[in-house]
Amino acid sequence: MNQYIPILIFTLIAISFPIITLLLAKLVRSGSPNAVKAEPYECGVKMPTTAYDTRFSIRYYLIAVLFVVFDVETIFLFPWAVMFDKLALFGFIEMVVFLAILLVGYIYAWRRGALEWA
Amino acid sequence: MAFLSAHFVAIVFYVLAVLAVAGGVGVITFKNPVHSALSLLGTFLMVAGLFVLRHAEFLGAVQLLVYAGGIMVLFLFVIMLVNVRRLSPDAAFLSRRAPLAVLSGVVFGALIAFGVLAGSLGHPGGGATALQMVQGHVMGNTEAVGWTLYRHFLVPFEIVSVVLLVAMIGAIIFGRKDAGLEGRGGRMEP
Amino acid sequence: MWADAIVTLIKLAVVIGVLLTTVPIMVWVERRGSALIQDRLGPNRVGPWGLLQPVVDAVKLITKENLIPDGVDHFLYILAPFIALAVALSTFIVVPFGQGDGLTLFGSKIHGFIVAPDLNIGILYIFALAAFGVYSIVIAGWSSNNKYSLLGGIRSSSQMISYELAMTISVVGVLMASSSFRLDQVVMAQTGTWLGFIPKWNVFPQIIGAITFMVAAFAETNRLPFDLPEAEAELVAGYHTEYSSMKFASFFMAEYINLVTSSALIVLLFFGGWTLPGLTIPHGWAGAILSLVIFAAKVAFFLWFFVWIRWTLPRFRFDQLMALGWKVMIPLAVVNFLWVGVAMALGIL
Repeated sequence: MNQYIPILIFTLIAISFPIITLLLAKLVRSGSPNAVKAEPYECGVKMPTTAYDTRFSIRYYLIAVLFVVFDVETIFLFPWAVMFDKLALFGFIEMVVFLAILLVGYIYAWRRGALEWA
Repeated sequence: MAFLSAHFVAIVFYVLAVLAVAGGVGVITFKNPVHSALSLLGTFLMVAGLFVLRHAEFLGAVQLLVYAGGIMVLFLFVIMLVNVRRLSPDAAFLSRRAPLAVLSGVVFGALIAFGVLAGSLGHPGGGATALQMVQGHVMGNTEAVGWTLYRHFLVPFEIVSVVLLVAMIGAIIFGRKDAGLEGRGGRMEP
Repeated sequence: MWADAIVTLIKLAVVIGVLLTTVPIMVWVERRGSALIQDRLGPNRVGPWGLLQPVVDAVKLITKENLIPDGVDHFLYILAPFIALAVALSTFIVVPFGQGDGLTLFGSKIHGFIVAPDLNIGILYIFALAAFGVYSIVIAGWSSNNKYSLLGGIRSSSQMISYELAMTISVVGVLMASSSFRLDQVVMAQTGTWLGFIPKWNVFPQIIGAITFMVAAFAETNRLPFDLPEAEAELVAGYHTEYSSMKFASFFMAEYINLVTSSALIVLLFFGGWTLPGLTIPHGWAGAILSLVIFAAKVAFFLWFFVWIRWTLPRFRFDQLMALGWKVMIPLAVVNFLWVGVAMALGIL
């Protein structure tokens, strides 16, 4: 377990550093809030709509789903890559088959325009 | 101090486990869906910590990369996409379905308990480095996963790619313009 | 036992100290560098060559009034800059910054110049934390109750997850060449030369992977030409529109710390870390200091490279950015590691 103790300490420091700076800033800063200052930013006029009226393109969802799929694929690449010299040609062919199947999906996504933005 | 160092692993385990369960409770008790999603994220983090505690570093990293980095981002996108601030929670939902929920919870819990018991009876012990052995040498968890996966589980590995392919095609079909998800006159905000 | 703890604490102090002093220096370099490139003067009033400008900026940011707009989600609003800074700081823990094998300090081995010497998932740890860093931006955008923040946050997270794929796949070739996740071993695998004069740096056989990684690093750190989340002409300041004072400064510091980490990673993965062709670094403290200087010089070059690119190239459009990420970068990264596989199978590498 010893190798994780530096990580634990570092994480604690990394967590406490923002807390300390934010608290420090709280002590030294000035402040005179008023209603106009607390309005959401819009170029000097009152905001005609709130943030949550905005509708998003479905593409953001598609990008996120495709990301999850490809992310799982890259996860399979990692243990394969570090053992590549031991797995030799057999492992290489294995991975080529894996990628070839996924290539079908990639081409499909491309042809259906899932990778286009506009 | 002596107690702390003697029971270090156990203490860390209980802290992580309690926080993980607390995150799970948060998921179903928070009113705001974004808060629920972030609570689930906390649970994923703690579970990653538990994996690392059992010397399954690769699984811990995968937990963060795939669940925290991918799936939760997807959840958050969907929550923002459907504009949930406008949705009012259906108060009757829980009370009507409560018996069903309790039943499925109990069944699922029993299945997990059975799995854990069967697993621990089947493979007693194993030592701290059991998950890091490659051909009798201690190398590392990722190397051990790679060696086992690509030597002994060839067919499941190739089937994973087919599953991923199906998931990809399904997502693209759901997200199509003509699938009616993007209504007529719907503004496209880049 | 105690000597070990003290050595670890010294390493921690050095890493955090260096990271936090690099931020103001980089702010100065960025502003003077942009002035140089665009034929302006830049900050030149506070101290010699304006060197004290970052100090004044820091004081201003700390003492600035803290404005929290109406309708924000208070807890998440404060959590976002906190995550940004905490993640940026914790990433550096697995980054080795010099050759320190076999050295002792106060009778205790220092196990190399790296905070967590025995962690065998090095690169994976960095990617896992980078994946977690997306949340600071999503949460900041969502909790601010401002449409510019929200649009900036969603855009930025899409961009980051898209380029994360290119980044992770481009590293696979390096992992194959060095058979390890540990960055010190990645550097070890790059010592020596081919044909007596080409250094065995990964950048030469894997030029495609190196370019992909660098482009992805620009996108991950939200720097021009990929700074769409804060494209000021359309989104004011993107996800941190509503942030002021120290909370804004936290995002700002996190951005520059990430810049340092990215530069260090580029150097370690593709440019041989602290090795130089034809130079055998001696053991002992002299060699250790030499390796530190070489590494720092290489990192400084890439930090300047980031500044240089930022003030030279115009911004991409969002559809161009996504098309580049999905249609060019990912296939190139795959081609890179397939080439490494073929080359290793044929015995060229």
